[in-house]
Amino acid sequence: MVQADHTHGLDHELPILTSTVEKIVNWARQSAIWPAQFGLACCAIEMMAMVASRYDVARFGAEVFRGSPRQSDLMIVAGRLSRKMAPAMRRVYDQMPEPKWVISMGACASVGGVFDNYAIVQGVDQVVPVDVFVPGCPPRPESLIYGIVQLQQKIARSRI
Amino acid sequence: MDAQAIIDSLSPLVPGAVFEAAPSVDFTTVYVSGEHLVATCQALRDSLNFETLVEVTAADYLPRAPRYEVVYHLLSVSKRLRLRLKVRVANDGTLATVQGVYPGAGWLEREVWDMFGIVFDGHNDLRRLLMPEDWEGHPQRKDYPVQIQKAAQTYAPLEVSQEQFRANLERDRVKRTH
Amino acid sequence: MTRASSGHHKGASLRCASSRPYSTKLPAFGGRRALTFQVLFYSMSRFGNLFTTMTMDGWLGVVVMTLFGVGFAGLMIGLSLLLGPKNPTPEKLAPYECGMPAVGNARERHSVKFYLVAMIFLLFDIEVAFLYPYAMAIRDLGWSGYLQLLTFFLVLLVGFVYVWRKGVLDWGPVVKQRPAAKTQRAA
Repeated sequence: MVQADHTHGLDHELPILTSTVEKIVNWARQSAIWPAQFGLACCAIEMMAMVASRYDVARFGAEVFRGSPRQSDLMIVAGRLSRKMAPAMRRVYDQMPEPKWVISMGACASVGGVFDNYAIVQGVDQVVPVDVFVPGCPPRPESLIYGIVQLQQKIARSRI
Repeated sequence: MDAQAIIDSLSPLVPGAVFEAAPSVDFTTVYVSGEHLVATCQALRDSLNFETLVEVTAADYLPRAPRYEVVYHLLSVSKRLRLRLKVRVANDGTLATVQGVYPGAGWLEREVWDMFGIVFDGHNDLRRLLMPEDWEGHPQRKDYPVQIQKAAQTYAPLEVSQEQFRANLERDRVKRTH
Repeated sequence: MTRASSGHHKGASLRCASSRPYSTKLPAFGGRRALTFQVLFYSMSRFGNLFTTMTMDGWLGVVVMTLFGVGFAGLMIGLSLLLGPKNPTPEKLAPYECGMPAVGNARERHSVKFYLVAMIFLLFDIEVAFLYPYAMAIRDLGWSGYLQLLTFFLVLLVGFVYVWRKGVLDWGPVVKQRPAAKTQRAA
């Protein structure tokens, strides 16, 4: 269809933006990711630092850390996962509604970290599917924010 | 109070017990034998004002004959003193529980059983604390492998009835009647 | 109005004048989209005309507010239903117990005190609800009205005293006597 004159007699363009439903839904999902509280060990301190005022992750959409997995989109596994905790963590992950994502924060959550022993699961991706791995021991808050931004870009690329 | 002073005040209170002063750098340490452990703790709590049990742990000296040493840390809040009691326990040996004297010893002794396999006689709830309930082996022993290749268990039942829950507790408990 | 150049009227059709009070000819600019908006705005103004009588005066705002509220909520829920993923699993329906298996279901016996307190509250709340209109009309009702309401109140007061003495209002654990002081420890 040929649109010869977009101005329709006005002296500026019609202020209408068009997009696809997928883009809008992905933009909404990535801009308001609410994590579930799942700090396990020392990485939780850095996660708290990220939430606090200096590094403020709320500017990236993670406004509240929900206490219940039923109300959250993201599980940031912050810390060592012990063998005794693994079934509980799987249950918490299962109780999150779709769409859900997992960030594995720190070395212990990603590969077991410095603890290669009987008590620690060597990487939470043995228990839950992980979207973003954030290395560090502990990762600085800026690292974790970078991980969240990477996750936002991953969400932008996904299909609904 | 140095070790000898404690031993001197304890000896009349616990007849028949043999105490031994142990070298230590931080606070007074006394060796006591397993049979007199509960009486010693009673005397320490009632007469010498050691009101608080802070910690119960153990150490494994594998090639040595009494393999384990169970360590009790006591604290006297009123006198501002700390005391360490050590008991030598043989392999597959048992110790009486001090739960009757210090009720806080319940979970501490559970942890010692979980990690070392030392059974406490008279303990009403001896089951796994740090490891999963169905774990085999006692990890802090010197002959236990550190690195274990085992898949993580990810299944747990959705709902457990009250009777099943209590039955599970009974099944997981190690029972030792004195 | 004069017709503009034909480039704006692809697919335009001349319709004969219908019985509708508005023009159904395509407008000069904008085509079918503009016609839709014209019909929409005309309908909205006719809807507003419904509220010009004495009885309906002032209700337009309420109706519009209700429609906005219901419409917005419906839009949110509808969009979630349309666009949201649907994947029910048994774990999602199970109660949340911080990851541990739930012990027993939550349908346990509760103390009957809750039921009793709810009943008593309902009764005395209705009594207070009777007092409010009386308070508005107290001067007009005079002494006879006062005596009637006092009778009503006293009947309910008897019930209240009965409930009080029966112990329905007692909550909290029964206070036990402390055991005798422990024997003194030697200094």
